[in-house]
Amino acid sequence: MAEVRLPGGGRGGVPAGWEAVIGLEVHVELSTASKMFCHCSTRFGAPPNSQVCPVCLGLPGVLPVPNRQAVELAVRAALALNCRVATYSKFDRKNYFYPDMPKNYQISQYDLPLASDGYLEIPVGEGSKRIRIRRLHLEEDTGKSMHAADDIVTARYSLVDFNRAGIPLVEIVSEPDMSTPEEARLYLEKLKAIMQYCGVSDCRMEQGSLRCDINVSVRRPGEKAGTRTEIKNLNSFRAVERSLAYEIARQVDLLSSGREVEQETRHWDEAAGCTRTLRTKEYAHDYRYFPDPDLPPLVLDPAWIEEVRRSLPELPDARRERYVREMGLPPYDAGVITASRALAEFFEETVRAFPQPKTVSNWVMGEVRRYLNEHGIDPEEPGDIPVRPGHLAELLAMVDRGTVNMRVARQVFAEMWTSGRPPAEIVREKGLEQVSDEALIEKAVEEAIAANPAVVADYRKGKEKALGFLVGEVMKATRGRANPQVVNRLLRERLGPPGQ
Amino acid sequence: MIAGTVDAIRRGELRARDLVEECLNRIAALDGVLGCFLTLDGESALERAARIDEELARQRRAGGSAAGVAPAGARGGEVSADAALLGVPWACKDNICTRGLRTTCASRILEGYVPPYSATVVERLEAAGAVLLGKTNMDEFAMGSSGENSAFFPTRNPRDTTRVPGGSSSGSAAAVAAGLVPFALGSDTGGSVRQPASFCGVVGMKPTYGRVSRYGLVAFASSLDQIGPLTATVEDCALVMEVIAGHDPRDATSAQVPVPRYREVLGRDVKGMKLGVPREYLGEGIERGVREAIDAALGAFEDLGCVVEECSLPHTEYALAVYYLVAPAEASSNLARYDGVRYGLRVGAGDITGMYSHTRRQGFGPEVRRRIMLGTYALSAGYYDAYYLKAQKVRTLVKRDFEEAFSRYDLLLAPTSPTVAFRLGERTADPLSMYMADVCTIPVNLAGIPAISIPCGESEGLPVGLQIMGPPFAEATILQAAYAFERATATAPWRRGVGSNG
Repeated sequence: MAEVRLPGGGRGGVPAGWEAVIGLEVHVELSTASKMFCHCSTRFGAPPNSQVCPVCLGLPGVLPVPNRQAVELAVRAALALNCRVATYSKFDRKNYFYPDMPKNYQISQYDLPLASDGYLEIPVGEGSKRIRIRRLHLEEDTGKSMHAADDIVTARYSLVDFNRAGIPLVEIVSEPDMSTPEEARLYLEKLKAIMQYCGVSDCRMEQGSLRCDINVSVRRPGEKAGTRTEIKNLNSFRAVERSLAYEIARQVDLLSSGREVEQETRHWDEAAGCTRTLRTKEYAHDYRYFPDPDLPPLVLDPAWIEEVRRSLPELPDARRERYVREMGLPPYDAGVITASRALAEFFEETVRAFPQPKTVSNWVMGEVRRYLNEHGIDPEEPGDIPVRPGHLAELLAMVDRGTVNMRVARQVFAEMWTSGRPPAEIVREKGLEQVSDEALIEKAVEEAIAANPAVVADYRKGKEKALGFLVGEVMKATRGRANPQVVNRLLRERLGPPGQ
Repeated sequence: MIAGTVDAIRRGELRARDLVEECLNRIAALDGVLGCFLTLDGESALERAARIDEELARQRRAGGSAAGVAPAGARGGEVSADAALLGVPWACKDNICTRGLRTTCASRILEGYVPPYSATVVERLEAAGAVLLGKTNMDEFAMGSSGENSAFFPTRNPRDTTRVPGGSSSGSAAAVAAGLVPFALGSDTGGSVRQPASFCGVVGMKPTYGRVSRYGLVAFASSLDQIGPLTATVEDCALVMEVIAGHDPRDATSAQVPVPRYREVLGRDVKGMKLGVPREYLGEGIERGVREAIDAALGAFEDLGCVVEECSLPHTEYALAVYYLVAPAEASSNLARYDGVRYGLRVGAGDITGMYSHTRRQGFGPEVRRRIMLGTYALSAGYYDAYYLKAQKVRTLVKRDFEEAFSRYDLLLAPTSPTVAFRLGERTADPLSMYMADVCTIPVNLAGIPAISIPCGESEGLPVGLQIMGPPFAEATILQAAYAFERATATAPWRRGVGSNG
């Protein structure tokens, strides 16, 4: 894998003496039950071509009828992104031939989009940066091609699944306000969080319900923007950051050596870690947009738009501020937890049952996220986190009461994760209650001292660390259940201060 | 006529099966020459008619009322005994989808295509008890004015088989004119119902845009297409309209306007009705014989007590040019789906691009290819504003002309076609002269208003059609005037040839 090596001194993936200008086009599949213009289901993962009908297959004579729910979700998305929602917009046809597009045109919105002029804020250093959103419009998704080779030109044959054809999408186009690969990733993460918060989409990049194309150019500070390229085929946040770092370095390299950047569309090759030419400017499509005569203009009542606005839930920024203000969480913790709606819901529910926000936050930031990462879970559906918030609260209460120590608590949490059982049950069954009975611990302390004369000697010579070993031995002997404070105290009492 | 037939069937004086058989016999005798049908579904039709007869007989034996139901054929659901078209045979233009029955648009590219669903109009007619006999010939994808653009064979005019029947609903108009079926459906994008009705001497209506559902009509130019009936009489037209008109949730452009009982206005006095005659429709290019027949018709309306005045639709001269930008532009997009990937003809040739181009070159006829190219050009970057956008602006002016005229007149009268039916082959080499055949009908589609063509006389022994145009959703007024004229001229000598079904 060819990682891009950046010339030294740059800022977050941008070589020193250069600036990058980055804009994103993001496609988000809306969480409707049925497709944009017909009644077919939108469920992911069904057998190929099992969720199709004459309308989404583009059979002769069919007509599209807009899905009211899709319009409402798109309006929610627009309002959550601080956009101006148009009371009059229209549908247009984007014409080009591709086998996964049943009509060989896509119903989209061209010159009068549903919404425009919005923004979102991304964290930068201690503060935040506003990224403007140029427009948001509704369109239908295409089907999915599977080629019996790398691409449609070299493949001996290709197969098409139309289950995805006609699923409603919003396309969200940012202004070129980002200047590092990291900012692009933060923008995408924030966008995803907002979409999830307002119930617009599950935004699963690996399932394609969140897709992203990038426009990027570089320039010397103060100069006007250079020629831009477009990057496609980005399937993860990591790919967004890596491809941008590569492409910026590539452009800087070209310009530094007196060559030019070609205006073109480039394909991100995840395995090779580089971008490659997909099509150059001469082969750019002429989409021949024109108003779709099958669909009347989309006219929205301003009062209804306000109703949708009032129904918006608390969004990530507001929630983060509340966690800092009302719960006293550090801004960083609050930011991490609120970046995922599911994680934030999990946190709040745990806090409701165990009202020590900082303790809960430590666990969510630590154990919960560690397990999610280890299991590759993007926790956006209820049930994705196998531990129930009530159970975590119960466990924390047990730690608080001294029923179990931290070490055992982690062990119990691991068990809760795999079995989903309540902690009290696990602790009882395995006899994990903390032992604070001094007589019992004393016995183990005596044994540890007797069995390890060399370590004791080390300690007496002044090796403070030797005490830790003896604590470990005692814990082992009590199967981790001994109260560590009591163990420490008893050991010190027996051995006296180190170095004596 | 149809209403009488339905009554006779309901009373048991006429068997639906016999009527279907009679039509099939007539088709067997005449259609070899006329070429009206692309697909016949005689067996299903006979079966469905027989079941209607049986059910009616059963109800009569049981002393039953009209509340019972008769089971229908393969494509029909259950039919109520008081259904408006019980047992009436009909024919459907081959660009209207019929479940399980081949629908080709008279094109090689859809030669073997069998739709898995029926158009809304087909469902409505079947629910009303009509019995589908088959699918009628047409100009390929409804592009043409003579029926000669069928990829399979041309249709001939029953009044003179050396002449064209008009188009694009050529088979539907000729089938009604020859008495092969009591009624047929056509589609009208620039005159495709009215002009063949005029050439064949039958009644043909283009309803208001949105009055009849387009769901299941294979799109040519979506902002202009409307399905309409072809019938022998005005009353039959009103009856079929009552069945097919009305809102359809599957068509977002269909209107939520209630459908009147069209037959109730027939016979109402037209005295005092204000009729405008746009001078632009009677100028250059109108045959003398046509002009004379129209003049006589205007006289008949005056005799009925109507006020007939000359008026003006000043943007008429641009309508043809506007149409030949807007319609091909929409067609270029609508016809993009015929690519060999999912259905219809596929001509494999190396890679995907080769398959596209070979399939489309072999699958589409020359007129269709011409219009796809015209439309693609009109929508292309750098030309869009000058062609498509400009055309849409002028279209608005054409529409305003009509709004202005209808602020002063109830209806407008004009010839349906500048000429009578021309000879086969006469215009095939010159597309522009073919396009001129629709010069009188195109403005109506651009404006989205309703219009009818009814027989009003003869020239050179061939029928002349009178076009009556009305404001949006004024089908009832149009039918009222048409019916009054039909009655007033019932005994005119030129009527002998009209509706010559035996």
